[in-house]
Amino acid sequence: MPRGRVNQVSKARDFKKSFRDLLKYLKAYKWAVLLAVCLIVVGTVLFMLATRLVGDITNELQTASDDERAINFALVTKNALIALSFLITNYVFNYSSFVIMTIVSQNITYRLRKEISEKINRLPLSFYDHESFGDILSRITNDVDITANNLSSVVNQTFQSITMIISAVVLMFTINVPMTFVTFCCIPLSLLIVLLVVRFSQKYFRIQQNALGTVNGKIEEIFTNHTIVKAYNLEPRTMSDFDTSNNELYNAAWKSQFYSGIMNPLFGLVGNLAYITCALMGAFYAIDKVLLIGDVQVFITSVRNFNQPLSNISSISASVQNLMAANERIMDFLGASEEDPEDDKTATIENVKGSVEFDHVVFGYDPNVPIIHDFSAKVTPGQKVAIVGPTGAGKTTLISLLMRFYDIQSGDIRVDGVSIYDMKRSTVRDLFGMVLQDTWLFRGTIRENLTYGKEISDKELEHICKEAKIDHMIKSLPGGYNMELTEDSSISQGQKQLLTIARAMVQNSPMLILDEATSNVDTRTEELIQEAMDRLTVGRTSFVIAHRLSTIKNADLILVLRDGNIVEQGTHAGLLSAGGFYSDLYRSQFENK
Amino acid sequence: MLKLLKYFSLAQWIGLIVMLGLIFLQTQITMAIPGQLGTIINAVTDGQRDVIWKSGGIMFALAISEVFVIIIINYLSSHIGSGFAKTLRHKTFEKVQQFSMDEISGFSTASLITRCTNDIQNVQMTITMSLRMLVTAPLMAISAILKILQSDKQLSLITMIALFVLVALIITCVTIVVPKFKHIQKYTDDINMLARENLTGLRVIRAFNTEDEEEEKFDNTNKSLTHTQKVVENVMNLLFPTMNFLNKTLSLVIVWVGSYLIARNTIDIGTVTTFSQYSVHILMSFLTLSMVFVMIPRALVSANRINEVLQTQVKIRSGTGKTPAVADGSITFSDVSFAYPHGDENVLENINLDIKPGETWAFIGSTGSGKSTLINLIPRFFDVSTGKILVDGMDVRDYNLKELRNKIGYISQKTLLFSGSIRENLLDGNPDATEEDMWEALRIAQAKDFVETLDEGLDYNLSQGSTNVSGGQKQRLSIARALIKKPEILIFDDSFSALDFKTDQELRSTLSTLLDSTTTIIVGQRIGTIMNSDRIVVLDDGKIVGMGTHKELLKNCPVYQQIAYSQISKEELDNA
Repeated sequence: MPRGRVNQVSKARDFKKSFRDLLKYLKAYKWAVLLAVCLIVVGTVLFMLATRLVGDITNELQTASDDERAINFALVTKNALIALSFLITNYVFNYSSFVIMTIVSQNITYRLRKEISEKINRLPLSFYDHESFGDILSRITNDVDITANNLSSVVNQTFQSITMIISAVVLMFTINVPMTFVTFCCIPLSLLIVLLVVRFSQKYFRIQQNALGTVNGKIEEIFTNHTIVKAYNLEPRTMSDFDTSNNELYNAAWKSQFYSGIMNPLFGLVGNLAYITCALMGAFYAIDKVLLIGDVQVFITSVRNFNQPLSNISSISASVQNLMAANERIMDFLGASEEDPEDDKTATIENVKGSVEFDHVVFGYDPNVPIIHDFSAKVTPGQKVAIVGPTGAGKTTLISLLMRFYDIQSGDIRVDGVSIYDMKRSTVRDLFGMVLQDTWLFRGTIRENLTYGKEISDKELEHICKEAKIDHMIKSLPGGYNMELTEDSSISQGQKQLLTIARAMVQNSPMLILDEATSNVDTRTEELIQEAMDRLTVGRTSFVIAHRLSTIKNADLILVLRDGNIVEQGTHAGLLSAGGFYSDLYRSQFENK
Repeated sequence: MLKLLKYFSLAQWIGLIVMLGLIFLQTQITMAIPGQLGTIINAVTDGQRDVIWKSGGIMFALAISEVFVIIIINYLSSHIGSGFAKTLRHKTFEKVQQFSMDEISGFSTASLITRCTNDIQNVQMTITMSLRMLVTAPLMAISAILKILQSDKQLSLITMIALFVLVALIITCVTIVVPKFKHIQKYTDDINMLARENLTGLRVIRAFNTEDEEEEKFDNTNKSLTHTQKVVENVMNLLFPTMNFLNKTLSLVIVWVGSYLIARNTIDIGTVTTFSQYSVHILMSFLTLSMVFVMIPRALVSANRINEVLQTQVKIRSGTGKTPAVADGSITFSDVSFAYPHGDENVLENINLDIKPGETWAFIGSTGSGKSTLINLIPRFFDVSTGKILVDGMDVRDYNLKELRNKIGYISQKTLLFSGSIRENLLDGNPDATEEDMWEALRIAQAKDFVETLDEGLDYNLSQGSTNVSGGQKQRLSIARALIKKPEILIFDDSFSALDFKTDQELRSTLSTLLDSTTTIIVGQRIGTIMNSDRIVVLDDGKIVGMGTHKELLKNCPVYQQIAYSQISKEELDNA
């Protein structure tokens, strides 16, 4: 189906490169594409020949009536049957080429989506520091869709149009040269229209898109801030704000629609003028017996067949531009550099004891701006390490380094004496169970979420959940362990948090990382969790980011962070008596007593 | 869709009627052209040059006037489509502005946003594009059918057979394809959802080494989507080649059968030519019509979604608008119970509170204990199920909503600021605030220092979602916005959570010295934040399980003790 008229055209930065990239994907299907192109070309030529044969029938009718003889029905029937067979062949070829190209382009889009989804997991996390999720999602949906929609139609239409124009020109030349040149006059005229109208319509289209963006942005913001609008009686302000943008949108929208809507009628007019001129010239030639009526008929049909692809040029070129721009965005993403390969890394640790050593670690998200300058610390097996500091001090950074989400610039991190850089990332990550600040759960049952990536019997699972004091909570939910979690399932933030904690318990990793794990759980529930956690952390080295003083106090080692730096380390008592940043932080809560 | 028609203005109706007239005119012009061509062909066989000149002239005139008419129609339809979208957008926006939390949560904010943006966009597209086709195609088909029926019965019969084949094909395609559209939509949503899930769970997925599982889930949906797309597209692919084939074959058969008719002298060459042109028009019209019928159901879904919003009755409305005798900021809860409109269980039960003017009350309890719900009842974000709430001695439901909310400075749990300058955001609190008022409010909210370090100061532009300031800074700005209002009642819904202990403490001590006469309600998680309040209410499962000062509660409320001990060690509490 045709997708709109002159639509949004976005341009690729490097058209040639994007085209080459796309060709690489097409290459796997080169024979199929070649076959499709052949079918289109042959089919279109046969179609034009059928037009010629219909004209021959009319010629026979006219000469018969002019010569006042009986019509040669054998000739008419023969021509008609040949023409019919050409049309049938064209039909079969045409449809086959559509089917081939659809399959090819769908297979390519399948591959693109698959590659994007795999790429997501192979990119270093640092990539996502500067890339918004919305942007990546739009590649996987919009851009891939644009590719799917345009690829087959561009190939089909381009070759069909070219063959159509060439065959029409050949047919026209064989019939009458002066009339052919009259037809050619409409090319510059058509181009002029394209230039003028496209300039206007694109200008207003851009204005419209901007206005639409503003209006949608306003709607999103005001609807999201609904409570505030209500609480502060802001309705009159937001309403007039919105109306101003809505009016601007209206002004741009109708102009954009108007200009893009007059393109086709104007093309039609140029085509019609050429058509009528040729019809008139043909009529006089026919009276003068220079041409037969059938020839004139074939000619004016060819004029239509010549004009139609011409008017398609602008829409094809828009499709090509969109296709290349979309493809470029996809290729940019697929081409981003991945995490270093690590096939040569073989180090593993048998019977993990859980000593962790930070040895002169230097790290910065931007390698030129180190935020951890020279950090060394030793954690002995089974110790509980608390990481504290104000919001934004970079507490999660340390965790990210341990998990090898980010790689350090110099120094080393060793677990049981083995550098984590001598192990595969997956081996390192297996060493730690973790509970993150955001309670990420996927769509699926609670059971699937808890046994994530782990084979474990239902009985064991229940046992672990009982230990985590979450068994009761799960069973009280509709469906219990089989409850489907969806985006809008009504489980609270605290319940989600409990589930992620239980998930970490199921993992049963030798070491633990708790990233502000308890901050979303209410204090009573937290205490229950704390007990279970304490049982779990026995004998396990654990790293905890926490606000709660009770957690911090029980820690064997406290790392105090400020502005990304580790400014102090020691025990609660030691740090308090040192009278540094930690004691400031600690005392500030009870200063007024 | 029909229900939305009432939002057309009178001018739009007139435009619409004029447009219909013009469309009729356009079809008549289009239909007249093949007739002239037939006349020319017959004139050729008869050798009448003057007839050719005349018909040629008429054809030129027709072609040019046709374009003019189309351009005017286009002008009208652009105006009507965009204008209607503007009206709909305005009405929907206005309606949502009136919604209470109840209606908002019924729809969900995300869904309301889509309804007000994408859905209206869809309706507009359909109106500008399909409406015209919907009118033009049948008119064209009827005129063309009338023309051919006048000329020859046998040729008409052939055309009707071709038409029947086309319609049968269209119906078959549509019945196969339309149910599949739903599947495609679902798979596309799933693809989107899985990718989003993968992105938001990057760290967890890597920590659990489950990249392969995620990719497999994605791949399964990807395969289903690709397969369904192939089926749908290849069925839809049938339409255009078939249409071309039928068109061309029909012309061929008409000439072929026509040649026998010419031999019998029942018809002339010109008529045969004209005839085949009309039959092409008929087939084209039906194809166009079928496309419209594919487009309209989608627009109907959108139209219904918009209509749902517009039809929703707003439950919370202004009361009689009485004014209370005193305005001192007292709040009374008497036997208040509350259940969410679609929930079965009471979230709050038998709450009785008597908050005196100028007091500071704090509410604490576990997640889901109902503490945020309780304070949301005061500005009537929700209405009580039973019992009543009095502010300044008058039932909140009797107030004019605007007046009630003017009394209250509310700081939400999730900090919400508008894009725009800090100044504009503060003016939202009080449009008459002076520069001095603003700085004073910022000072109390502990935001003065950081605003001063900004080059633009008060004119610093906050981005949408205020991503260019930190969470703590956002919270302090929203507190300043409430303070500048100088309300009788201040409500903090867990609004200190993003502040570090130090700032939290400084802010509270400044507040308590300044706001002697302001009634202050605090919902909090941290004992440190609330321990100095005049009264602390402990909620558990929607019921009040303790009420008193910090010290009293420590002695006699087990729930409070549990919360407190998990945060502060026993000695410190005893010493406090």
